[in-house]
Amino acid sequence: MKLNGVAIEDTFAEAFSMRATRIVITADTADWARIAAESLTGFATSVIACGCEAGIEPPLASDETPDGRPGVAVLLFAMSSKDLQKQLRDRVGQCVLTCPGTACFDGLESEERLELGSQLRYFGDGYQISKRIDGERFWRVPVMDGEFLCADSVGMTRGVGGGNFLVLGASRAETRAATEQAVAAMRALPGVILPFPGGIVRSGSKVGSKYQALIASTNDAYCPTLRGQTATALPDSVESVLEIVIDGLTEAEVRAATRAGIEAACSPGPDGGVIAISAGNYGGKLGQYHFKLREILGGESLVGAGT
Amino acid sequence: MSGLTLRLRERPTQRLDASGLTPDRLAGLTVEQIEALPLHLGNLESSVGALFEVHAGDAHDLHLEGETGRLDRIGARLRDGAITVHGDAGYDLAAGQRGGTIRVEGSAGDRAAAGLSGGLLVIEGDAGALLGCAQPAEATGMRGGLVHVRGNAGPRACDRMRRGTVVVEGDCGDYAGSRMIAGSLVVKGAIGEQPGTMMRRGTLLLAQAPERLPCTFVDCGEHEITFLGLLRRRLARKGIDLGAFGGDSGRVRRFAGDIAVSGMAEILIGA
Repeated sequence: MKLNGVAIEDTFAEAFSMRATRIVITADTADWARIAAESLTGFATSVIACGCEAGIEPPLASDETPDGRPGVAVLLFAMSSKDLQKQLRDRVGQCVLTCPGTACFDGLESEERLELGSQLRYFGDGYQISKRIDGERFWRVPVMDGEFLCADSVGMTRGVGGGNFLVLGASRAETRAATEQAVAAMRALPGVILPFPGGIVRSGSKVGSKYQALIASTNDAYCPTLRGQTATALPDSVESVLEIVIDGLTEAEVRAATRAGIEAACSPGPDGGVIAISAGNYGGKLGQYHFKLREILGGESLVGAGT
Repeated sequence: MSGLTLRLRERPTQRLDASGLTPDRLAGLTVEQIEALPLHLGNLESSVGALFEVHAGDAHDLHLEGETGRLDRIGARLRDGAITVHGDAGYDLAAGQRGGTIRVEGSAGDRAAAGLSGGLLVIEGDAGALLGCAQPAEATGMRGGLVHVRGNAGPRACDRMRRGTVVVEGDCGDYAGSRMIAGSLVVKGAIGEQPGTMMRRGTLLLAQAPERLPCTFVDCGEHEITFLGLLRRRLARKGIDLGAFGGDSGRVRRFAGDIAVSGMAEILIGA
């Protein structure tokens, strides 16, 4: 199967069930809402060492936020509700509570809840004020620029983490340019985040290592400089491979983002240095979700059974 | 299907306890069964049929018509559904209401919304004294829900209120928010004497400054309160306009008190 002349490998991305939440951060200006969100989502590329994966959704207009100010929505993903609870509390406490003029609201309707203002309120040292409107509780915590307004709790859901695809290109510059186009297309979609720097990851990993202490190591089959030393998975013309990892609130949103991303990545075509699209998996035995590239793009896939 | 309508045959000769006339109690009954339901007219035993013309309809959309001003305890303990009173309501309107919507096209007597804990109460006219107060033998007043008075409210509105939101479009009488435990009272008109007396927590949001505040409230200065933006939008969802309160920035003057008690309440006055 080819898309705009770019080979779509008959493989699948293997993704996992994760716990997810969505919060809305507002501020006096769109810039300060973004700054708070960027701070909160910093060092949140992978659960392997960051505790959670987090990213920012498309910006929200003033009329889309609970308090009528500019804002952004942030998604956080972790492997357990306990991990997510800790990361949410710590990150909002250190990055939003601290940021000038901000407020933090629930962005996900769900019966499953994570505590937020109910924990951060203690910063108010007894001067905090609880307000319940329409059955929803908020906290007003006095701070040095006024009050930090925060939802008492936020919704939690079971999301999908680790959706991905690989862009195999003829040069670093062309591969990066095509992948950047994919990121731009995907970041316009709600319900998904691309947690790595700029939405792109270059250090794809395989399970295991020659070193006993490591559970994962570089994916040598996709490292172009090792082409002659390993059982390479790369065609001769490929000089660079970049990956986009996708976390989403639902399987459908990850699927839609994968499709939009691959279509954008393929738009330069072979003349633009895009040679093939592939995906990362672990043989299908670890992840609950299998995103078959060809099926997502409307073709037929012959890869093994999966969801 | 239109709503179930109970139209008073004539002005009741005495006070009439209407607490039994709620959608959940009338749902599923035939017109004959509804007409046979007992009612208390003062100290007299009567029935719905003797006092009302009953027009069949959806009991979850109940309409009370006629000279309704002597009907007390309308919508008491209402859980869901809607009651529309096409006229005035008597005492203890919506006492203990837990959900649903009650709309009164006229005015309501004293103790409207006493012990209300959920749902929406709209009074197009005025409310009497002790709006949102405690029911007899209860320690706290309103415990949730939303009350919207388009006219004026009498004295001691939100006395001992525990939670919930009350918005008074017009003026509010003396001692508004007295002994309030928590919750919010918004007054868009003029406010009477000594608002917030013995108020422990909670918020009085006043568009107009009172002639004088109790001396047990301390001035905390003018501020932009982010919460007001949230409150404005949440009220707008229910069709309630918070008005020009503190402008778009939500700028208000904050007074904390009543320091004669815990001192954790606040009076916010539009700056």
